Amino acid sequence: MTTTTVEPLRPPVRWEALYFALRNTKLLVGMGIILILLGIGVIGPFFIDKPPSEYVGMQMQPPSGEFWLGTNTFGQDLWAQFVHGLRTTFLVGALGGGIAAVIGMAIGFLAGYKGGWIDEILTMFTNVVLVLPTLAVLFILNAYIGVRGAGMQALFIGLTQWPWAARSIRAQTFSLRSRDFVDLARLSGVGSGRIIMREIAPNMSSYLLLTFILLFGGSILIASSLDFIGLGPTDAVSLGLMLQQAHQWSAMHLGLWWWFIPPGAGITLIVGALYVANVGLDEVFNPKLREL
Amino acid sequence: MLKLDGVTKVYRIGAFGGQTMTAVDEAGFEIKPGEVVSLIGESGSGKSTIGKMVLRLLTPTAGTISIDGRDIRQMGKRDYYRKVQGVFQDPFSSYNPVFKADRVFGMLREVYFRGVPDKEWTSKIESALDAVRLSPEAVLNKFPHQLSGGQLQRLLIARALLLDIEYLVADEIISMLDASTRIDVLNLLADLKLRGLGVLFITHDLALGNYISERTVVLHKGRIVEYGATDAVFEQPEHAYTRKLLASVPQLHTKWEDAS
Repeated sequence: MTTTTVEPLRPPVRWEALYFALRNTKLLVGMGIILILLGIGVIGPFFIDKPPSEYVGMQMQPPSGEFWLGTNTFGQDLWAQFVHGLRTTFLVGALGGGIAAVIGMAIGFLAGYKGGWIDEILTMFTNVVLVLPTLAVLFILNAYIGVRGAGMQALFIGLTQWPWAARSIRAQTFSLRSRDFVDLARLSGVGSGRIIMREIAPNMSSYLLLTFILLFGGSILIASSLDFIGLGPTDAVSLGLMLQQAHQWSAMHLGLWWWFIPPGAGITLIVGALYVANVGLDEVFNPKLREL
Repeated sequence: MLKLDGVTKVYRIGAFGGQTMTAVDEAGFEIKPGEVVSLIGESGSGKSTIGKMVLRLLTPTAGTISIDGRDIRQMGKRDYYRKVQGVFQDPFSSYNPVFKADRVFGMLREVYFRGVPDKEWTSKIESALDAVRLSPEAVLNKFPHQLSGGQLQRLLIARALLLDIEYLVADEIISMLDASTRIDVLNLLADLKLRGLGVLFITHDLALGNYISERTVVLHKGRIVEYGATDAVFEQPEHAYTRKLLASVPQLHTKWEDAS
């Protein structure tokens, strides 16, 4: 008689997240779109030898084998602009989202863990920044600075976007702080910084990742709005700037659909895919939302 | 001797701390080495607050806590925790769910036993586990949810033993265990007492207090209403609250119809 071993139904705990991640359609589709666009933005510019603003061909050419997305009213190659624009857009998203995430985490963790007057001051500061009319402040800042780079734009976006992240991280930290394992770490002589990084943060790692993704998408949207009203980078091409120029030079009336549809679709795809991936990640990390 | 003298904790509550709430009001008692003092009180009586102040997780608003006449605030926290340790009520909340349970040992090693070689450390852990009657294979390298509440609590006591502690604050450590494991953990505390450890046994259960402790402190609304040898407190309670408390304990062989 042979003994049959019962196969474990669940994968080992460590790989559980990965197991569900690879089976989550929303996450796979979202991340797939992001990775393809990111690939184009990162690798694409190396295959285009001329700068994106150079006048390379006939004016107002529809998409062809030579100019994949056609040319605009000045004879600039729109595919080159799109590829460089993708790179700038991802850069602003990553940088702006990254800066906001770092500030939000620092303030949120500190306020939530320390409590008391530190919490009162930081929360008050957060609320002040939260009620600032962000877009208006960005208009003013951008208008005052003559030469604007994408990095500068990302910095301003990052500096104004962190408050809601700080608030939610503070709330999470606050509830984790009162758990006994935090007290036990204190009884082991572990300092505050290490308790935050090694006891509290690992318990909300998925939440921190989701926060960063949402800030990333948010930064891209704000950057596109700024670009569209003419407050974008003056020394770079971005998807928002392409839209602004298309609008300014009446691309719609001239029927140059290849001028405004690709950048618009690009922004929509990036932000939409990020949000879909975000919902997917949420399902991966939160067992209650899993469909399996 | 661990001594509390006029220890008071006042919380500020409400917006901008406009109101105050006194959780512990001038508590004073002492724990000698080799004795168990039980701190009995109902929920909200301030007993856990006292435990946390002894463990320096909270700072008293007034009063002093001292060990052998030395104010504990004058000791560095790391030195203090070498002498005084605690175990909490909820075994599942005492472990970080993301990590393996034996990480509670690792944390101590990082702070207190940096230079200790692996081999010596392993034998140290094994002897601590032996003292709490756990076998290393059963508990090491496991996640908290793979262990039982009793195992987890004993693991925490073993952790405290690694540090040659003199006093242990046991905050309701068996109230979340089932009956058969309770007595094991309780007897373990009695063992530690024989080794010369002073234990502050915080509980809401009078029977447990009676079972294990030399002296009893009864706490009511943040004030100590009764303090003395356990036998005296249980046989001749002086305060009305203690009498009420004793009368309200269900007896094993009495039904509720007969009790009233």
